[in-house]
Amino acid sequence: MEQLFNRKYIIQGLFIVIALILLAKLFYIQIFSDAAFVAAESNVLKKKFKYPARGAILDRNMKVIVQNEPVYDLMVIPNEVKSFDTLALANALEISFDDVRKSLKKAKAKSNYQSTPFSKQISVQSYARLQEIMYRFPGFSTQDRTIRHYPDSVAGQLFGYVKEVSQADIDKSDGYYRSGDYIGKSGLERSYEEVLRGEKGVVNTVYDARNTPQGSYANGKYDVNAVSGERLISGIDIDVQKLGEELMQNKVGAVVAIEPSTGEIISLVSSPGYDPNILVGKGFGNNYMDFIVGNPYRPSLVRPIQGYYPPGSSFKPIDALIALQEGVIDPNTTFNCPGYYMAGNHKVKCEHVDGNIAMRRGIARSCNTYFCHVFQNLITKNGMKNQRQTYQEWRDKVAKFGFGSKLDIDMPFERKGYFYSADHYDKIYGKRWGYTTVISQAIGQGEITATPLQIANAMAIIANRGYYIKPHLIKGMGDKKLVKKEYVTKNYVDIDPKYFEPVIDGMQEAVNSAWGTATLSRIPDIIMCGKTGTVQNPHGKNHSVFIGFAPRDNPKIAIAVIVENAGYGSTYAAPIASYMVEKYLKRTVTGARANQVEWMKGQNLLPPLIDQNKKLKLTKADSLTIKKADSVKRVKDSLKIKSAVIKQSVSTKPAMNRTVIVGTKPETK
Amino acid sequence: MIQQQGNRFFFNVDWITVLIYIALCAIGFTNIYASIYNPDKAVGFDFASSYGKQLIYVITGLILGLSILLFDGRLFNVFAPFIYGITLVLLIIVLFVGRNVGGNQAWIPIGSFRLQPSEFAKFGTALLLARYVSTFNPKFRDVKSIFIAAAIVLAPLLLIMLQPDTGSALVFLAFMFPLYREGLSGYFLLIFLGMIVLFVADFLVPTYILILVLTTIGALFIYANKRKQKLIITTVFVTLIAIGYLFLVKVAYTKVLEPHQRSRIELMLGLKTDNKGAGYNVIQSQIAIGSGQATGRGFLQGTQTKYGYVPEQSTDFIFSTIGEEWGFMGCSVVIGLYIFLLLRLVNLAERQRSTFSRVYGYSVACILFFHVFINIGMTIGIIPVIGIPLPLISYGGSSLWSFTILLFIFLKLDSNRMGFI
Repeated sequence: MEQLFNRKYIIQGLFIVIALILLAKLFYIQIFSDAAFVAAESNVLKKKFKYPARGAILDRNMKVIVQNEPVYDLMVIPNEVKSFDTLALANALEISFDDVRKSLKKAKAKSNYQSTPFSKQISVQSYARLQEIMYRFPGFSTQDRTIRHYPDSVAGQLFGYVKEVSQADIDKSDGYYRSGDYIGKSGLERSYEEVLRGEKGVVNTVYDARNTPQGSYANGKYDVNAVSGERLISGIDIDVQKLGEELMQNKVGAVVAIEPSTGEIISLVSSPGYDPNILVGKGFGNNYMDFIVGNPYRPSLVRPIQGYYPPGSSFKPIDALIALQEGVIDPNTTFNCPGYYMAGNHKVKCEHVDGNIAMRRGIARSCNTYFCHVFQNLITKNGMKNQRQTYQEWRDKVAKFGFGSKLDIDMPFERKGYFYSADHYDKIYGKRWGYTTVISQAIGQGEITATPLQIANAMAIIANRGYYIKPHLIKGMGDKKLVKKEYVTKNYVDIDPKYFEPVIDGMQEAVNSAWGTATLSRIPDIIMCGKTGTVQNPHGKNHSVFIGFAPRDNPKIAIAVIVENAGYGSTYAAPIASYMVEKYLKRTVTGARANQVEWMKGQNLLPPLIDQNKKLKLTKADSLTIKKADSVKRVKDSLKIKSAVIKQSVSTKPAMNRTVIVGTKPETK
Repeated sequence: MIQQQGNRFFFNVDWITVLIYIALCAIGFTNIYASIYNPDKAVGFDFASSYGKQLIYVITGLILGLSILLFDGRLFNVFAPFIYGITLVLLIIVLFVGRNVGGNQAWIPIGSFRLQPSEFAKFGTALLLARYVSTFNPKFRDVKSIFIAAAIVLAPLLLIMLQPDTGSALVFLAFMFPLYREGLSGYFLLIFLGMIVLFVADFLVPTYILILVLTTIGALFIYANKRKQKLIITTVFVTLIAIGYLFLVKVAYTKVLEPHQRSRIELMLGLKTDNKGAGYNVIQSQIAIGSGQATGRGFLQGTQTKYGYVPEQSTDFIFSTIGEEWGFMGCSVVIGLYIFLLLRLVNLAERQRSTFSRVYGYSVACILFFHVFINIGMTIGIIPVIGIPLPLISYGGSSLWSFTILLFIFLKLDSNRMGFI
């Protein structure tokens, strides 16, 4: 009994121990850990994002070339939907009764409590109709968004497209993107995504346990307004671009025009092109398959920066410049052209027999023999034994003109072309090779390939007499017109300016003298210097190439035009270049040349398609049928598709179905 | 002993306990108000609402408590078997006419009011147990006295289990402590504790490891006492029973417990997580309490409370309101008040000259203790969800009045401590 009294302490002690255990746990969840606090916030706080308008893009004359257009989505919160007049809604939206049910089911599957798209991008008419009867459909609401609009319907590859983010985009973005956001996937929309997209706004709303909104959180203290994307000013001249695309229609190839003094790209045509508006909004999926993937001429290939072409004769002025700088020739050095050049026992043909000619004439006449001699002198100047070393030095000098490496244009997926160093030839020939082995590079053929951008840039270097600024599409970002540092830096090619004049003389003669190769493309009142090229193409007809710049003094535009499988450079590429240059410098193509423009637009030079599986050749007549079908389709369809092949023509030619392009999968990367 | 006649009824009443009682009731009312507070519908005082009703319960409870003080304390001793009998009858009646609320047949509807007999069974049992101990003065050294005491406690416990209201039934285990105080061997408490520990351990640790551990402990114990043969036999016996118990638990767990009880236990032990279903209550309650942090969000400022994230918030989960709006400080004050009350009740019980009063006092303290420990423990996730109210704070008339009666009977007995019962 006497001891039993002490049991009081055991019981009281137990009370205290238990109390301490409770307090310890409370201390942990209330003070030590803030997990509960965070969880509580996420319980009641829902962030609603406000989407900023994407930045507009202007051309060099401050004309809007990319803008936004309002569209309306019909949203639904399934658990707030009460029984409603399905038929009335179906009528207002111009969809079927079943579609209403299906859409609602789909929305339910996504989320019962969240606002989910019911019908995306409803028409303005539907929107207007709905506004009047909206009160009859509890749980439904309209949400306005903006989509991209390209008023001139040109330059699909240049602008690229905007699309809903993929899971990979979300994962990469460090939490910026959320499901349903949009992101620039290619072209300018991609490379300037971070400038164009702006900053998302956020509205914090408090919700109760039944997910009913209870007003704003902390009186909107933590809300953020959306900031619209920055405006971009591009160097593109949309009129020149448009003319370029029209001239290039029904042709495969590329045009790049650069303002030499700034490196701004005036025009960047990739043909076949497509109307960027087809890759906006609802029709994206089908249009992408039909017009991009479904076109055997591969509009997905951005030819100005991804197409590989031998530079051909347009390489000759560079040969001349380096030879002058190295002192292996002077402007008056003559070589004899018997109509060919013998490199060992390999014959390099020339298009003509000129006898003894000097450098200017060699350029103007595009004499292969002359430049093979120049190349021979360049590579052998340190003796026959040191050819490898000398080649490597020559190669590095040419590489300064931008060949063999990326020019870092502000567009994604640029490619760098091939321009091999001595090591490459060592691998193939061991030590036993010399200038005769690589002689085709003298005339821009053989192993060397370049993108049209690199070729145009080389022309800008000549126009600038010795330097270039990396070509770029955007010359100013936002109101402050910021520009990347690399796009104002001059890159010198280490050729003395005095050597340029004789070379430019030759190029002037090519266009402006009776004996030049591009005299038909002379522009009245403007001295354009240029160089034609007829590039041998191992896969088919020669490519027609022209490079040039104008005017001769204080050049405003440097241009490269490549028309695939079109034959002589003087026939197609040179005139196309001249029209675009004239358009740019005079704002219009004058006189009789205006008619020539129309003729050129009408030329169909699409190469015949080859079924890579069946080896079945399509004739020129076939591609004409394709063209016809195309124009019929274009009348019907307001979309201006530059490319030749569309579904209709495919169906008229049983032999030419989708399998045609199996072997040539479009490159999207 | 000579006092003024007019003050006779309230003579010697322990007013400190009454003050704590009033404080806890006030805290309860305030937090019930906060739990159902809706800023959009705050229109004056509404007696039809929960807080309005609770105010009525508190006032009537206080009147009830004070009127108990008017009784002659000896009556409780005399009528103990009678009161116990009535509560047992009510517990039987409720099984037949009871209103089924939330799966439990626990309520007898009387007009617009619902009576919960299990609440009143507590003081009925406490009275009879006190009567038995004070009359026969057993020392619980023999099987018979233990058996009788157990029968007094187990009869209402089993009837409540039939409702089935496991939570309320568990509270009757609190009577172990007054019996312990009166001489029941401490081994009973140790066995009880051991059973809980093994029960929990059986879920967290593979059974074969537990068997290994138990055997090792037994072996070491035998080695240390190798001279005492009797102890060795007992140890072997206990070890075998403990191992048997492990298997029994597994069987009982799957065969006897309801699925919802099993999932509550698994949630508490962290064997599974379930944020939407059975685990929702506990998780939301912990979130609410935890988000209060040190000083709380402030009165009527708790977002989890205001926007209804914690179910049952004014009744069983009222502590989450306290935790969210008053933070660790508020929780400490509430727990402090309870502990102060419990320790004081034990001290008061010890100063009784009559065994009846002492046993009853211990019973009151331990019943309160069980309620407080289980309820708060459940809201912060250290005990599985067992639906019993937080004494004097949770919303509800039956619970408030039964605790009032429980407490004030003891206060009356205590005020009579100098007399002989």
